[in-house]
Amino acid sequence: MSTHNTTNESGEMYSASETIIELRNTEVVFDMSRGVSRVLDNVDLDIRRGEILGVVGESGSGKSMLASAMLDAVVDPGILSGQITYYPDDGDPVNVLGLSDEELRRLRWEDISMVFQGAMSSFNPTMSVKGHFVETLEAHEYDREEGMERAHELLSDLYLDPERVLESYPHELSGGMRQRALIALSVVLEPDLLVMDEPTAALDLLMQRSILSLLEGLKEKYDLTMVFITHDLPLVAELANRMAVMYAFELVEKGSTDEILQNAAHPYTRALLNSTPNLDAPLSEMTSIEGSAPDPVNVPEGCSYHPRCPLADEQCVAEAPDFHDVSSSHQVECFHWEDAAEAIPFNIEQPSSPEEGEAR
Amino acid sequence: MSVDTHPDYEGRDPLVSLEDVEVHFEESSGLFDFSEPEVVRAVDGVDLDIFEQDVVALVGESGCGKTTLGKTTIGLQRPTGGSVSYRGQDIWDAKDGKGDVEIPYKDIRSSLQIIHQDPGSSLNPNRRVMKILEAPLKRWQSQMSAGDRRGQVLSMLEEVGMTPPDDYAGRYPHQLSGGEKQRVALVRALLMDPDLILADEAVSALDVSLRVEMMDLMLDLQEKFDTSFVFVSHDLSNARYFAAHSGGRIGVMYLGELVEIGPAEKIINNPQHPYTKVLRWATPDLTPDGASSDKPPVRKIDIPDPKNPPPGCRFHTRCPEARQVCMEQTPPEYTTEEFHETKCFREDDSHEYWSSPQITDDENEADQLYSEADD
Ligand SMILES: Nc1ncnc2c1ncn2[C@@H]1O[C@H](COP(=O)(O)OP(=O)(O)OP(=O)(O)O)[C@@H](O)[C@H]1O
Ligand code: SF4
Ligand code: SF4
Ligand SMILES: [Mg+2]
Repeated sequence: MSTHNTTNESGEMYSASETIIELRNTEVVFDMSRGVSRVLDNVDLDIRRGEILGVVGESGSGKSMLASAMLDAVVDPGILSGQITYYPDDGDPVNVLGLSDEELRRLRWEDISMVFQGAMSSFNPTMSVKGHFVETLEAHEYDREEGMERAHELLSDLYLDPERVLESYPHELSGGMRQRALIALSVVLEPDLLVMDEPTAALDLLMQRSILSLLEGLKEKYDLTMVFITHDLPLVAELANRMAVMYAFELVEKGSTDEILQNAAHPYTRALLNSTPNLDAPLSEMTSIEGSAPDPVNVPEGCSYHPRCPLADEQCVAEAPDFHDVSSSHQVECFHWEDAAEAIPFNIEQPSSPEEGEAR
Repeated sequence: MSVDTHPDYEGRDPLVSLEDVEVHFEESSGLFDFSEPEVVRAVDGVDLDIFEQDVVALVGESGCGKTTLGKTTIGLQRPTGGSVSYRGQDIWDAKDGKGDVEIPYKDIRSSLQIIHQDPGSSLNPNRRVMKILEAPLKRWQSQMSAGDRRGQVLSMLEEVGMTPPDDYAGRYPHQLSGGEKQRVALVRALLMDPDLILADEAVSALDVSLRVEMMDLMLDLQEKFDTSFVFVSHDLSNARYFAAHSGGRIGVMYLGELVEIGPAEKIINNPQHPYTKVLRWATPDLTPDGASSDKPPVRKIDIPDPKNPPPGCRFHTRCPEARQVCMEQTPPEYTTEEFHETKCFREDDSHEYWSSPQITDDENEADQLYSEADD
């Protein structure tokens, strides 16, 4: 195992064997007739080996761009820049943006795998589920017999009947079964990292929650690291150890799930939590966030949240905030994070909630 | 199930009344299959009264018949059994001109409106918002002058917060956000001055953070225009938000049947049916270290095929509380407490259920574990 030192997001030195993928100054721009559209803006993120990271943000905030960036899969004519490093658990660090097409193809299934919303479009409708497994194994020169054994096991881990599902065509399965089959397919080559972009969005809530609980089992059994991207904060909060919140093409807050839920320090995160229909919140206190998200061609100067933020002052309009440490495991991009808890109180009682603004 | 015991409902005539409603779809089987056509039992034996200024939220898994029941309620789906009436007039008799028709079908249709799940696909992409919204007025209120028509559209746009209204009226659907499209769909329904609107997953496609805003808007308008709503959602927290704010009910559907119905807060805080409890488990609660590592509290993850619903209690194949008797007998509706009905033997303290042996799935027998959806 290679161990070397690097600087993490908050500037500390630590051993990189903890990090599986590292993004620095990652940007995606599209040149559009209306102007330059910066749809991912200067993102720094470390994904830690063995964690489940939840990435949340509203529609159009750049979540899918972040996912594609991790695998150098941004669609044309988008331009991706920055530094993306993958640390295999054995072997040298890999500069993802410097890979050849063939190297990238291997990295994508064998090391880092992706699942997208809507399994139907990820499957070839004229090929049986088994055909998909065989094709994937062969394209990557994996042993077919061993691979199919793994496929059987994975499918039953996901509460599917392997024989029956393998013989089926995608349209013969229900949405929930199809999405589970796709998850099994995406880990059949034993990747280290599974990136899922809204993997359950088209399904009903019971199926979503069921899949989440199966994912947790899968992660333990196969030693996976997971990134789960969604607009649905409460859903992913049940699964993730750590969360990263996106607003207007940037990450604005990162922290352990408990810290985000109990002590979110960014005014946007707090408003997002308060706007979520929730069985435990008093009915009268759910509120929506005033205003709307910015257009990527025309992001407000200074802190991009200032037009919607109750704490905004002249400084917020004039300059963009940097990350501040709320604690060693919790960072926020806001000048006035210490005042956020008081200015935007939560509408549900959080058990054992720490004192306002206090770092844990 | 009926709740005609509700004090607010007592002595009031229902706006829409469903009696023993059944909707079965015949599905032609494969090309080389010459057996009997298969029947999908989308809705079975539902009794439901909806009153003026009433809200009923229907919840349940995908494929459990929520949308079909909703559409039957507003006369868009003809039931294959039972009856649906509007202010005492049988809707399908009116349509067929059977008997003395007191309320013409045309009037019934315009009184019962729908907002669809997908805000994008329900709006014509080649028409500006003004054109889209004028169309129903032209059709149903042909005597209205063009000027009045435009005036009414603009004032409704303003009503739903789309200001300046002339700006929005001149846009095409692709120039609107998801939330704005859904507002246009809401305006279109409201322009008919309906008595009842079916909102079919009308907030599900919106971002979590926009759902409360849309529901607040519908609640506001419900008060202002005295409209009733049937609100279909797979998400219990949305159903609760919408129904509880308006003093309405939540109805829980499973495989075509209404298995529990009651006042919103009762269903959330005191759920009786084992299936309702499962739906509650599925609803995230934002407390740290919530139920994350729990296994789903069902014996099988996938819903059985509605073509072939299990005998006895339809939930017995997945119910964590199921006993032998649940496979053999169909539970009736029990009145749990006032205005709250549940279809489960556990409601009856003296039922033989309590002495019946537990159903145990043999963990080693592969087939038991797996889904039945593709049987
Ligand atoms: N091919 C493209 N060309 C130009 N702009 C694009 C393209 N694809 C996406 N965008 C823009 O990039 C921004 C971020 O999009 P992205 O798809 O990452 O959002 P998202 O957070 O995943 O949203 P959602 O929750 O709706 O999936 C949006 O403003 C979007 O309009
Ligand atoms: S930096 Fe200023 S505008 Fe931005 S979130 Fe913080 S307080 Fe609000
Ligand atoms: S009747 Fe039996 S199977 Fe049906 S819900 Fe009640 S306990 Fe479960
Ligand atoms: Mg996306």
